[in-house]
Amino acid sequence: MEQTEKVVNTKKSFRVKERKSLLTPKNVPYVFIAPAVLLILIFTVYPVIFSFILSFQEVRGLEKSFVGFANYSRLFQDPIFYKSLLNTFQILIVQVPIMLFLSLLIAVGLHSSMLKGKAFFRISFFMPAITALVAASIVFMILLDEHFGLVNYLLSFVGVEAIPWLTTPFWAKVSVILVMTWRWTGYNMVIFLAGLQNIPSELYEAASIDGASKVKQFFMITIPQLKPVFIFTVVMSTIGTLQLFDEPFILTQGGPNNATMTITLYLYEAGFKFFDFGYASAIAYVLVIITAIISWVQMKLVGDE
Amino acid sequence: MIHSKKISSKIGIYCLLIAGVVLSIAPFYWMLVGSTLPSGEIFRLPPKLLPGDYLAKNFQSLNESLGFAKIFWNSLFIALVYTLISTLISSMAGYAFAKFKFKGKNLFFFIILCTLMIPSQVTLIPLFEMMVTFNWLNTYQAIILPTLASPFAIYLMRQNMKSVPDSIIEASRVDGAGELKIFFTVILPVSRPAMAAVAIFLFMSQWNSLLWPLITLNSKEMFTLPVALSSLIGMARIDYGQLMLGTTLSTVPIMIFFLLLQKHFISGILGGAVKE
Repeated sequence: MEQTEKVVNTKKSFRVKERKSLLTPKNVPYVFIAPAVLLILIFTVYPVIFSFILSFQEVRGLEKSFVGFANYSRLFQDPIFYKSLLNTFQILIVQVPIMLFLSLLIAVGLHSSMLKGKAFFRISFFMPAITALVAASIVFMILLDEHFGLVNYLLSFVGVEAIPWLTTPFWAKVSVILVMTWRWTGYNMVIFLAGLQNIPSELYEAASIDGASKVKQFFMITIPQLKPVFIFTVVMSTIGTLQLFDEPFILTQGGPNNATMTITLYLYEAGFKFFDFGYASAIAYVLVIITAIISWVQMKLVGDE
Repeated sequence: MIHSKKISSKIGIYCLLIAGVVLSIAPFYWMLVGSTLPSGEIFRLPPKLLPGDYLAKNFQSLNESLGFAKIFWNSLFIALVYTLISTLISSMAGYAFAKFKFKGKNLFFFIILCTLMIPSQVTLIPLFEMMVTFNWLNTYQAIILPTLASPFAIYLMRQNMKSVPDSIIEASRVDGAGELKIFFTVILPVSRPAMAAVAIFLFMSQWNSLLWPLITLNSKEMFTLPVALSSLIGMARIDYGQLMLGTTLSTVPIMIFFLLLQKHFISGILGGAVKE
């Protein structure tokens, strides 16, 4: 009995020693990054490489065969793919500026110093950003119903005729833009607000002493000082829009007549409706290239920092 | 004259802000009311603005078509486990990247930053094939594992850990504390605000995520809330009452959660993002 206890004891102390020698300041960083790095290698880096290979293959059930650039050349002759690209860019070009303008407007309004209830406004505006896109899309799907939706009902009071929000190509796109704007404006507003709060107030004081008007101060101080925040919001919104999926999936399923088909929605259909994995991987890689180019151009346009 | 101009511009700002708040919040209110109405009433014009008495019935039909308790549990379990492990992993990595010098550090961090920029859609098909090979379709681990190491969370933790003074780490080492002990008893406690922000962010993104669960889960009893809700839309006849209740039940818990912790969240996530 005593003996076994002794054995256990020495084992214990041995283990403690071993632990200490394993976790020296020298190798502790490797131990600490190991889980994250391993997971990223297995579940991101490997799939990214694998999907590149897949994009040159044709997959039929379990059979895979190399087909060179066949997927890509098919992609560049595919009218639906072109449409999904065009749709994504149309939405991007309209939605992001509108949303960021609104965000900035509200942030500047909220930032003006004499305002009461800032916290309340900030939280209220942020609320849409925490809901599931699925939930938001469902609510708007019902609100935007052509005949019985609340939005058309309210518009009828100002003499607007019933708008076929989800059933015509043009308005379906507008609907997607509306839902995106509803959901993300407050989020970007809070980022702008944080940026505004970081601008040193001495800059404004000096400017007012020099006699600069509020408007001039806005363009000479606020806008330039917010530049890094602008870059951040523009890049993030662009990347987000390029990956647009939930809203069109729920609101319109990509219709009518593919008017709200986006790159990601098309990828999903190719991959998981038609199980055309090679083709879907080619779509995915085009998305990667577009994202990389646009992010790079945006970084360049707004200047290196 | 100048004074009245100031007042009118103030009123203008308030009007703009209040209009914005109404637009942000009104859909939520309407959703709450809708979840207490029968399907037909939801589309009645003029709309009902006060709750009805159909909540129990809607819940019953929601439960019948989805098995709601199980689905709610799936969402909650996945989001909680994911958040706990992911926060720990990103704190560990963030600490190492912020406070240690080691070979390969720049390379590893570069890989993480790259994966932050790559659209996650690229990994969908290979990940799906992996899940099929592992026989993991319709499992919790299929949802939890692939995004468990969040590059964004690692990045944020690193930014935050940088501000932990080296002197307290050195002092603990001099006192003979082991590296694990330093991490758990010194580093983690001082990083609590950052961890809270990261945890809320991770919880929300997992709770709200649709695309990946939609692909990996195809048996009804494994559905998460977003997948289950989207499946309701696919039905031949949509029961709007139960749909509204479903959206409410998927939104309200996270809203309460957010309201309780919003201070941490907004300052932590967005502050970190803006400072960049």
